[in-house]
Amino acid sequence: MDSILLALVGMFVFFLGYRFYSKFVAEKIYRLDPNFTTPAHEFNDGKDFVPTNKFVLWGHHFTSVAGAAPIVGPAIAVYWGWLPAVIWVLLGTVFAAGVHDFGALVLSVRNKGQSVGTLANKLIGQRAKVLFLFIILILVLMVNAVFAWVIANLFITFPSSVLSVFIQIPLAIWIGYVVYRKKGGMLLPSLAALATMYIAAIVASRVPALQIDLPSYFGGEETIVAFGLNGVAISFFVWIIILMIYVYIASTLPVWKLLQPRDYINSHQLVVGLAILYLGLFFSNPELTAPAVNSAATDVPWLPILFITIACGAISGFHGLVASGTSSKQLNKETDARFVGYLGAVGEGLLALAAIIAVATLFTSQSDFLGAYSSFDAANSGGLGNFVQGAGQLATGIFIPADIATTIVAVIVVSFAATTLDTSVRLMRYIISELGSTYNIKAITKTHVATTIAVVSSAALVLLPEGPQGFGSGGYVLWPLFGTSNQLLAGITLLLITVWLKIKGRNYLVTLIPMIFLMCMTLYAMGRQLLMDWSGLLSDHEFNFLLVFLGTIIFVFAAWIVLEAINSLTKKKPVEPKDKAM
Amino acid sequence: MNLKRLIELYDEVLRTGHRTEIMRELQDEDDLFMLLLYSDMLGVPNPAFFYTLELYPHMLEKFHEWHTRMGMDKSPLNGFRCC
Repeated sequence: MDSILLALVGMFVFFLGYRFYSKFVAEKIYRLDPNFTTPAHEFNDGKDFVPTNKFVLWGHHFTSVAGAAPIVGPAIAVYWGWLPAVIWVLLGTVFAAGVHDFGALVLSVRNKGQSVGTLANKLIGQRAKVLFLFIILILVLMVNAVFAWVIANLFITFPSSVLSVFIQIPLAIWIGYVVYRKKGGMLLPSLAALATMYIAAIVASRVPALQIDLPSYFGGEETIVAFGLNGVAISFFVWIIILMIYVYIASTLPVWKLLQPRDYINSHQLVVGLAILYLGLFFSNPELTAPAVNSAATDVPWLPILFITIACGAISGFHGLVASGTSSKQLNKETDARFVGYLGAVGEGLLALAAIIAVATLFTSQSDFLGAYSSFDAANSGGLGNFVQGAGQLATGIFIPADIATTIVAVIVVSFAATTLDTSVRLMRYIISELGSTYNIKAITKTHVATTIAVVSSAALVLLPEGPQGFGSGGYVLWPLFGTSNQLLAGITLLLITVWLKIKGRNYLVTLIPMIFLMCMTLYAMGRQLLMDWSGLLSDHEFNFLLVFLGTIIFVFAAWIVLEAINSLTKKKPVEPKDKAM
Repeated sequence: MNLKRLIELYDEVLRTGHRTEIMRELQDEDDLFMLLLYSDMLGVPNPAFFYTLELYPHMLEKFHEWHTRMGMDKSPLNGFRCC
């Protein structure tokens, strides 16, 4: 099948979703009012609450939510064939992610721009707020561990990308200095920095001496370096430790010094990445060589695991945090919420769709695909590498040599993952400090203590799972846990929107159905993995304490959300909100 | 829409992400600077007060911003004449 046709079908479905479904939801369910005074106008302080042009706000919303996650999940999920992954991305984006992101934005706008956590307390009660905080904590912990592994894995697989990624750090600090100390603009220096990074990537692709290939320095898989670890295992260990030291520094520095200029450069990279994927696709129109449905994928069933493998790209709870945390405070008109929220989800769906196509067109034949995706473990550990190579191959359509394009795509994905990692560690630091303030534990309210807890716990989590290459290389086993914790967050946000719609006496099926679906899949997936794969109770697998422990926590949280949902929705007279705005 | 406006919009999109956090951090730095300059008025001895007081006319506008931001309509310091 032609890949262009698949891309066009996907875009058409997204178009229909935006044009008709989101219009129906906006008019009949959320009932947007162009005359409603949004928090941006009501509390305009020039800082948090600022009325913002809808195109600017959409761009900000999209660049905040799009990262490496909508690439990693689909690249793994192609294991079951490209068709199930595409269907879930399309239907998930149109019927779940769209109404979720859009709804979180509207709910927050109708409640003075309050975040989902505060609204959980208001609409359901204190228990829901505690649950929400725990889910966020577990999500950020998973994000830290998973993305540290993702970056280490890419550095090991594509050593030519390392130089560019590390060059970005001093360049970003220089831009921060130029902009805030010398009062310069950020656009031109950031473009110059991007050009420098890509020149470094091109040179490193062709000059092996500039490729920082730790496994070969340590003697490869055959050499035992220290503590019984071979060259690859010690490379994972070294990269993860370096990354953790980096995120510690990055998340404690003032934002203008490193994070803002780095995110600014990375936003250019999002544009470059999407351009490479879609222009390459339309100019080269490669065949989809992966099977539509992989009948050889029998070790792990697609139902329910597909739905926790692709979280971002189909539905992601993290979007609700962005929508209710910042975007809602900047919405100029309530009717803009449809454009910003729903199209933000569509943007991420497009990225996921491109990731599926890049992987499904990489292989020369179906047997090559079946060799690379021989098991679910192989898909987990190699999926992202396949995406990078697939995207590199697509780039040949716009006359970029495959080796150079592969390095540039690896740099882009590492940069996305690093942005997510920085943000997540910073967020975890804030949550730990907040918990310290709430429970009067002064020590953990301190910046460096909270950051140390965040970094050490994340490092421990990513180093514990042992993969085929040894210590630290098995971080990919955490991916399904990341997916489920993200789905839990989405589930609780959908529950809040549903309760709000019920209070308002409107049809709440548009949010209730995706919520029930998500929670059923999460419970089913966690239950199955706990019983069949991780505890060894119903199979001959070995007992894995870490996965059983984390899986049980997530299972309990999912069950908790379901009980809260039943409790909230079966109340005969829901508690009336105090403020009239609701 | 001309190219210049398009570039401005693009720049605004990319800056929006950290705008609030940076403003908050810069305000914290300003507040600390203000405290260092006028700690004497709060009863904290400042050996350089004689010199820092010379900055008074330049800081008046920022001081007004600070006390209104802190929720005080009028200056809380007797020695610091403001609005």
